[in-house]
Amino acid sequence: MLNYSLRRLAWAFPTLLLLITVAFFMIRVAPGGPFDSEKNLPPEIEQNLNAKYHLDEPLVQQYFRYLGQILRFDFGPSFQYRDWTVNQLIAKGFPVSLSIGALAMLLSFTLGIGIGTIAALRQNSVLDHGLMGYAMLGISIPNFVIAPLLILVISVYWGWLPSGGWEWNWRNMVLPVITLAMPVTAYIARLMRGSMIEVLHSDFIRTARAKGLSEMTVIRRHAMKPALLPVISFMGPALAGLITGSVVIEKIFAIPGIGSFFVQGAMNRDYTLVMGVVIFYGALIILFNFLVDLIYAWLNPRVHYK
Amino acid sequence: MNGAKQQPAVVKDAFAQALDVPQVAGRSLWEDARHRLFKNRAAVFSLGLLLLILVLVIVGPWLIPWDADFTDWDNIYSPPSIATGHYFGTDAVGRDLFVRTLQGGRISLLVGLVATVVSLLIGVTYGAIAGYFGGRIDQVMMRIVDIFYAMPFMFFVILLMVVFGRNIILVFIAIGAINWLDMARIVRGQTLSLKRTEYVEAAVACGATPLQIIARHILPNLMGVVVVYITLTIPQVILVESFLSFLGLGVQEPMTSWGALVNDGSQDMESAPWMLIFPAVFLSITLYCLNYVGDGLRDALDPRDRV
Amino acid sequence: MRKFGYKTRSMAVKGKKLLEVEQLEVVFNTRDGEVKAVNKLDFSMQSGETLAIVGESGSGKSQTALAIMKLLAANGKTRGAARFYGRNLLEMTATEINEVRGEHIAMIFQDPTSSLNPYMTIEEQMLEVLMRHRKMSRKDARLRVLEMLTQVDIPDPERRIRQYPHEYSGGMQQRVLIAMGLLCQPELLIADEPTTALDVTVQDQIKRLMRELKEKFNTSILLITHDLGVVAGLADKVLVMYAGQLVESAPVDEIFYRPRHPYTAALLKAVPRLDQVGDYDMHPIPGNPPNLLKLPKGCAFRNRCEMAFDACAQMPEVREVAPGHKLRCFLDGGALK
Repeated sequence: MLNYSLRRLAWAFPTLLLLITVAFFMIRVAPGGPFDSEKNLPPEIEQNLNAKYHLDEPLVQQYFRYLGQILRFDFGPSFQYRDWTVNQLIAKGFPVSLSIGALAMLLSFTLGIGIGTIAALRQNSVLDHGLMGYAMLGISIPNFVIAPLLILVISVYWGWLPSGGWEWNWRNMVLPVITLAMPVTAYIARLMRGSMIEVLHSDFIRTARAKGLSEMTVIRRHAMKPALLPVISFMGPALAGLITGSVVIEKIFAIPGIGSFFVQGAMNRDYTLVMGVVIFYGALIILFNFLVDLIYAWLNPRVHYK
Repeated sequence: MNGAKQQPAVVKDAFAQALDVPQVAGRSLWEDARHRLFKNRAAVFSLGLLLLILVLVIVGPWLIPWDADFTDWDNIYSPPSIATGHYFGTDAVGRDLFVRTLQGGRISLLVGLVATVVSLLIGVTYGAIAGYFGGRIDQVMMRIVDIFYAMPFMFFVILLMVVFGRNIILVFIAIGAINWLDMARIVRGQTLSLKRTEYVEAAVACGATPLQIIARHILPNLMGVVVVYITLTIPQVILVESFLSFLGLGVQEPMTSWGALVNDGSQDMESAPWMLIFPAVFLSITLYCLNYVGDGLRDALDPRDRV
Repeated sequence: MRKFGYKTRSMAVKGKKLLEVEQLEVVFNTRDGEVKAVNKLDFSMQSGETLAIVGESGSGKSQTALAIMKLLAANGKTRGAARFYGRNLLEMTATEINEVRGEHIAMIFQDPTSSLNPYMTIEEQMLEVLMRHRKMSRKDARLRVLEMLTQVDIPDPERRIRQYPHEYSGGMQQRVLIAMGLLCQPELLIADEPTTALDVTVQDQIKRLMRELKEKFNTSILLITHDLGVVAGLADKVLVMYAGQLVESAPVDEIFYRPRHPYTAALLKAVPRLDQVGDYDMHPIPGNPPNLLKLPKGCAFRNRCEMAFDACAQMPEVREVAPGHKLRCFLDGGALK
């Protein structure tokens, strides 16, 4: 098991390096520097700025300087928010994004697994078709469509919940968390239903039934774990999906999370900020995938013996 | 003489009998799949609705008296009305929303198709090569796919938009380039199992080159999965494009797409909800139907689910 | 026999037949129409007796076994009765049948590798049987499991019990399944092709093991197989099925030495034999079993039968041609030596 973990971990590093390298060179080959927008900048000031941000050095040198910086977890100063470093912006936005994301993750997995299991146990019933119809709706309708509609009805027409803004209080979190969780919930429900149905048709479930175990026990003890495995593997992509979704959700609900900064940065060509966020979230996803691999191997006795 | 005349009748009879058997048992995969697809009412209904939207989007803009960029100064921000002739209302600069929605649909569907073709070409080639050659080549190629999988791709696309400016062609390519991974994995898996079939081994024994085998034996047999994944990739791609456009990073004015229209609509939704609702409904119905058709196709083509 | 209504094992045995199957039908609803996998099947078993149901794949023999255990796929329906000590298993509620499964009737399956839960240790999978039916403590149950594994010749059970199924060979897995089935000393063990998925050498070991255990535990076995070699050493009676119907049933010696149905005779001829010297021909049965979706009128074996004649266009009834020997054929075996 330890051996297996180390091997998986060894793969995380080249992935991360690739991520940083691609992001770095993509930005540096970009036409136009970061200060292009400020047209009437005197040349000497621009030179000073370039020197300050080491933009006058050769590309390779810049690359290794940046790599060294990142190893010290330093993403440098933001080009646009002049008084802020990228680290500070991430540190400011992350708790907000994390709390919404974690809640959405929790909600979508519990709800998705529950709905999927119920649908599988009542396969082809009206309930099953209804639940899966809703799940398809959840997958098909983008959350940037659902969010404005929810705001329109719940906040504007009924006035139940705030339409946006951020305070550390549940009223501000309900709508963002629900809209963020919706597509992931729907996907997990479909995944769970499919894998549960497949497991319930397998031979070892028949053996368990032949032992005289009640249907509840058969599902709880024998079917649940194998049925959950595909859902566990989906946790990595789910996180990536939630992070991507948080960008829109934060924009729509005016939440000061990393996603908001990222969109702002992207609009203003704030290279260091955009890179910082890409690398930060990339590293987060890679780390998370590693953890998911471990959980999967721990649950599946056949993996780490290979 | 008599005997000779009778013989053909006997032979014909035997033939008829022999032919009778396969007629009962043999339905081709595609016939079988079509039969099952048309039994799936949700999929058939979705397919009909999709065709309707497609026709409307293609033909509609020519039939509507308004131009997409015509400003109707008498009717700015006007709600849907038959009297003004703006059935979906107008936007902040008095443009007819009906024609704008259909024009946006053109872009959204076009992006969906083109990017899917891009991802199809990359994915099928990559997957077929990895699956066909197997061994070390396959291992390395699939490792690369694994690494790509771990990347936050939407962020890369946004990065691309930031770096190279907002450009519709770039949107096509970027989205196509990120969606090939699934296709590559599926095609590889299928190729691996096809490679072990006896008819491919027979072709190898007859001295066919790898390229011939891939083109003649592997690719035609991949049609099933590929068709399913095309139908499931198109909605994904449309979703990505509308996501980018919603953030203001995709299609730029005066061009528009459903995502961009939803973005416009959500800014003014309190005073002009129709600007949000019409494009949102078009986008959602299209995605919903595409997913249902894809699901139906998968059920129809996947022999595992025949219970 | 607790909740099930039989007060003790000995009471249950008194005067009642172990298993009586009457007019059993198994019907599947498929996309292409109704399939009758088992058609009006009758047979019975006495306590301590071993009955082998023999037939080609698709003859309905496995579905008969699954129907008795109420383990049919969701689209399968049963008609008729399967009485176990007088109580109809087919009409039991889920709770009632669960009292019978594992405790009074146990079942082992064709493919041991897929029949064990790959995500649970052998220990967990075996303990739950005893804890479910005998309300044993973990400790006691564990001792019993170890004892049982020793009985089926699993070496070093103390260590192996903590392993997962994939760490066992196919033969070992089948031993575990047999041990698991015998944990509660059931009155009836249903073995559905217990050797088919195994290597030939391992098949022999499992056959020998089953023979030993049958003697030791005095368990009745309902053996489902297409392998007449398994039947020879184990069965007391044989029932031959074709296209969902009984075609012949008789004591094992009658079947082997005096087969009366052309199909039984053909099956016996199709067995490759090593004891014959000189020229030896294989005698496979020509043709394929009929499509259950559209059975021809009359005898189902008619179009593969060397002896078929005009009368076979009508379905022959089952008749008793000798004491304990039932036959579904117009011909009597005299001519079919």
